[in-house]
Amino acid sequence: MTILKRAKGFWLSITLSIILFAVIQFLINGAYLNGFYINTIFFMGINIILAVSLHLIIGITGQFSIGHAGFLAVGAYASAIMTMKMEQPFVVSIIVGGIVAAIAGLIIGIPSLRLKGDYLAIATLGFGEIVRITFLNIDYVGGASGMQVSHLTTWPWVFGCVLITILVIRNFTNSTHGRACISIREDETAADAMGINTTYYKVIAFVIGSFFAGIAGSLYAHNFYIIQPSNFGFLKSFDILIYVVLGGLGSMSGAVIAAILLTIISTFLQDYPETRMVIYSIILIVMMIYRPQGLMGTKEFTSFFKKKKDIGGGPGDGKQHTVA
Amino acid sequence: MELIQQLINGISLGSIYALIALGYTMVYGIVKLINFAHGDVFMVGAFVGFYSITILDLTFFPALLLTMAVTALFGVIIERIAYKPLRNATRIAALITAIGVSLLIEYGFIYFRGAQPEAYPADVLPTEKISILGVSINSQSIFILLTSVVLMIILQFVVHKTKIGKAMRAVSFDAEAARLMGINVNNTISATFAIGSALAGAAGVIFGIYYSKIEPLMGIIPGLKAFVAAVLGGIGIIPGAMVGGLLLGVVESLVSAAGYSLWRDAVAFIVLILILIFLPSGLFGKNRREKV
Repeated sequence: MTILKRAKGFWLSITLSIILFAVIQFLINGAYLNGFYINTIFFMGINIILAVSLHLIIGITGQFSIGHAGFLAVGAYASAIMTMKMEQPFVVSIIVGGIVAAIAGLIIGIPSLRLKGDYLAIATLGFGEIVRITFLNIDYVGGASGMQVSHLTTWPWVFGCVLITILVIRNFTNSTHGRACISIREDETAADAMGINTTYYKVIAFVIGSFFAGIAGSLYAHNFYIIQPSNFGFLKSFDILIYVVLGGLGSMSGAVIAAILLTIISTFLQDYPETRMVIYSIILIVMMIYRPQGLMGTKEFTSFFKKKKDIGGGPGDGKQHTVA
Repeated sequence: MELIQQLINGISLGSIYALIALGYTMVYGIVKLINFAHGDVFMVGAFVGFYSITILDLTFFPALLLTMAVTALFGVIIERIAYKPLRNATRIAALITAIGVSLLIEYGFIYFRGAQPEAYPADVLPTEKISILGVSINSQSIFILLTSVVLMIILQFVVHKTKIGKAMRAVSFDAEAARLMGINVNNTISATFAIGSALAGAAGVIFGIYYSKIEPLMGIIPGLKAFVAAVLGGIGIIPGAMVGGLLLGVVESLVSAAGYSLWRDAVAFIVLILILIFLPSGLFGKNRREKV
């Protein structure tokens, strides 16, 4: 029964999202939306992918990475090389972008995930910077002046990638592997003692996160006409971090909502970049002081529709538990 | 001779890193927080120094002292407003707040002042070429090195010979026990921020005189590199930060001298990652096992 019920919720959300897709496609086709709004919607999609992919690393696995823009850059450049230099179709370039970023994630993840907390944060930040400086010094991709990329990103691509990202990461979170990752977040030593291969799961989460960041990078590159190393500095990493933190560490719907909200805010403030950053930073500070769990905490959006079921025995049911 | 020239440049640069790194290492030692805003205190110091030299017409030493006083106050304000409410929060929450404070200082500064750079006047310190054994050294470099060495000696004196220094060492060793022994932990933490920020402010003035160009986002990269220097020497260990800073400065200059100046910024991070992987407690640190 419960499986059927869950499947019902799943198909309901798929249907809803396809309706959303059709409505926006209709609006775009009928030219009801001008280029500015279409661009904002594309950005929202790309930011959602980035937020959800970082959510897997920080929110689910608890590994504080602030170099996510590095993987975005790797994906963007890899896919741009595919379409511009190798003349491959867009779909190939998206997949290659993802795979190359995932490989980068693997190479970076294996050594740096031995570190914890602050040190991991700084190491990932360092890796992000190394990636940026590397692209800055490679003449093949244009160095500091950047690389011309043709505009190939369209709404079906953006929507498809967002949907796949959300589905994969949601299902990963609810799988055995996802549970293992959550246990690492809650207490790494205890998880290790329970026989979970913590390094393996941390690297897995990191690689999946980088894969989707790479896919976001492909969409990003082909939406922009030009990509430059300066687009991928650590301010970009902080942007992505803010989505995850604001949404609530551990809540995927929170990350999605925060990405949508902040994309709208930053679009309206794009002529005033300082104001935008001042607002972002004040949000971060006030949030951490007064509501460190973020907008949604670790709750998901769907949990508001579910009836509170009293299964009993769980940690949150308020009953007294007696041990032995 | 070229090599020695580069070494001297590296030591001057390294002493700037060392001054910033001291603040990082002291704050980390006492509250276990990477104070991302420290690089921006350095930036504010550079600007305070600039304005006190150009508008108030001060000479080098009064300007340096004024800057150190202003940045010390600034550091305490940051600590009281942003970090104190988070004393018992998770490490991640504190780290995110630190990032937020850093962005707020940078962009708040740009918002109120504008992003245009400024240039330090060239005649703050005498710029004669002194030649020793065939190596010509700019007298500025010597001044800078002397200033930083003097500041570091004063710091060593404060930490090891005064009451507040003793309190700082006690709090960093065990804050709870220090509180029970009657040490005012909050004031001690504020004092640590004040001393660290004053050193960063001094580094800002020195940086401005040495490189002449200053701008609101100048604190980010030196701040991160100073953090690398602190980790290199073993975070929380004061002599470690000095040695780490000097070492990093020399390595960077040698990389530039070898013709890879565009890769200079990457080198610091590669050093960081190598250190974190192979020697996580730093050059001077003791290895501590994690307990459950």
